[in-house]
Amino acid sequence: MAFKIITSQCTACSACEPECPNNAIREKDGTFIIKPEKCTECLGYFDDPQCVAVCPVDDTCVIDNSYPRYVEA
Amino acid sequence: MDNQASVPNTGSDQGQNLNQILQQVAEHKGCGTSSEGGKASCGSSTAPEDMDPAVWEKVKNHPCYSEEAHHHYARMHVAVAPACNIQCNYCNRKYDCANESRPGVVSEKLTPEQASRKVLAVASTIPQMTVLGIAGPGDPLANPEKTFKTFDLIFNAAPDIKLCLSTNGLSLPDHVETIKKYNVDHVTITINMVDPEVGQHIYPWIYWNHKRVTGIEAARILHERQMLGLEMLTAAGILCKVNSVMIPGINDKHLVEVNKAVKSRGAFLHNIMPLISAPEHGTVFGLNGQRGPTAQELKALQDSCEGEMNMMRHCRQCRADAVGLLGEDRSSEFSTEKVMEMDIQYDAEGRKAYQEKVEVERQATVLAKQAEMTDLEAEFSDLKVLIAVATKGHGRVNEHFGHAQEFQIYELSTKGSKFVGHRRVDLYCQGGYGEEDTLPTVIRAINDCVAVFVAKIGGCPKDSLKAAGIDPVDKYAHEFIEQSAVKYFKEYLTKVKSGEIVHAERGDADIRQGAYIAA
Repeated sequence: MAFKIITSQCTACSACEPECPNNAIREKDGTFIIKPEKCTECLGYFDDPQCVAVCPVDDTCVIDNSYPRYVEA
Repeated sequence: MDNQASVPNTGSDQGQNLNQILQQVAEHKGCGTSSEGGKASCGSSTAPEDMDPAVWEKVKNHPCYSEEAHHHYARMHVAVAPACNIQCNYCNRKYDCANESRPGVVSEKLTPEQASRKVLAVASTIPQMTVLGIAGPGDPLANPEKTFKTFDLIFNAAPDIKLCLSTNGLSLPDHVETIKKYNVDHVTITINMVDPEVGQHIYPWIYWNHKRVTGIEAARILHERQMLGLEMLTAAGILCKVNSVMIPGINDKHLVEVNKAVKSRGAFLHNIMPLISAPEHGTVFGLNGQRGPTAQELKALQDSCEGEMNMMRHCRQCRADAVGLLGEDRSSEFSTEKVMEMDIQYDAEGRKAYQEKVEVERQATVLAKQAEMTDLEAEFSDLKVLIAVATKGHGRVNEHFGHAQEFQIYELSTKGSKFVGHRRVDLYCQGGYGEEDTLPTVIRAINDCVAVFVAKIGGCPKDSLKAAGIDPVDKYAHEFIEQSAVKYFKEYLTKVKSGEIVHAERGDADIRQGAYIAA
């Protein structure tokens, strides 16, 4: 049910943080992380996941398969 | 990226490109040149009489907006804006960025509070630091809260410091009001195209209205926002400089069109910079072998755009955390750790007194050149030569040949001396290269010059320079650059007339690849 950020790819540019409609992204130890419980994959807000759309490094914000996909309530 | 496939980018078309640009020069000059009356002096070192006093007040101690000021005044950038809203093919966010010269992932980004403290620390240490810019490492207007919070803190703590910012323009129209509110009166927009057909080869995507937009549509939106932003700045009375990256085979000839478009919308100064591209930068252009321009190609394009618009030729493509005169970088003296330990006494009066001394020195430089010009103006000759100068600033020939990190290039003619560029050589002097390895690289960097002015030079390099046809000149040590240059040119003309020397065209020269980093 969530996206995650591949830490080794993250440049800590912070572009994703203000774009997240769920306030699920924050800085931790010099890189950024997504709080899975808060992430809705932007469903109900935007057509595209915002962190993916704005991230300057391809394949850095990706689906976290350890969570089931988010389903709109 | 397949959009590069059809673009010629090998050395073999350099000559052809140059001819096409020169052809455009002729066409452009024919219609674009008007009287000198409306032309403000900044990219060139023309006397201030031809400039609106209000504009002169804004640029006179801004090193990026005034070529003359850049010998005397310093600037600093604070890296408070890491996020960006577009992707450029000459930039790689994961590693150091070539053209924007970003600090990269390992150097520190600052909070507005840290940045403000750093500015006060630098202002206290370097009294000729007059300008604070926010230039990234992303796009300042993609980080509006951090950018404007920083301006707010500095505006209140050190009101004598000029504020400026640079942007790709995508968000610019949304922020012109705020820019005005904080008294930011210099804004730089990077505009590489005015035709989305060209733009699609430079910008793979933009982040716009919560979507990633790609291809020609991305370039079209960016172009429209850039033009709107520029028009709004002009209407608001904010001075605007336009930066363009010259990418041979992609936008080199097109930049003449860009020049016309930005000029007609009121841009004050145009800065055409060479693409910096190498595989190790990891950029699209670095990896696909896209080359940057040669020194001759860059100068031909800059000359062709120099109608009634000022061209900036003293840009060092510096980092988003650079500190000091444009040719130097003292950022390592002001790391956050060091700044936190400093005892900062902001002495506004002391800064003012120091800057008044700088003004006296600067006036002396201008007057000395003017005095030297008197008998040159009577000469008839269409001869033009380039010279290289080793300088540490203050408008004087005051650097040892072997210590020079860059050479400033002046074009000499019966019209006098004119700053036309600079060549970086310091990158080659690092990393264990010996003197013997360095010299040929330095010679390649100034190969288009007839002479090199230095404060001092050793016997060996002197002989090598002579062998390469470059006259090593140390007799103007510690004198004013432009006065000495005019003096030298008068002697040169005399020698050519008497047959003592034979004037011959010099070849092309190399532009170094690599962003400006602390030496």
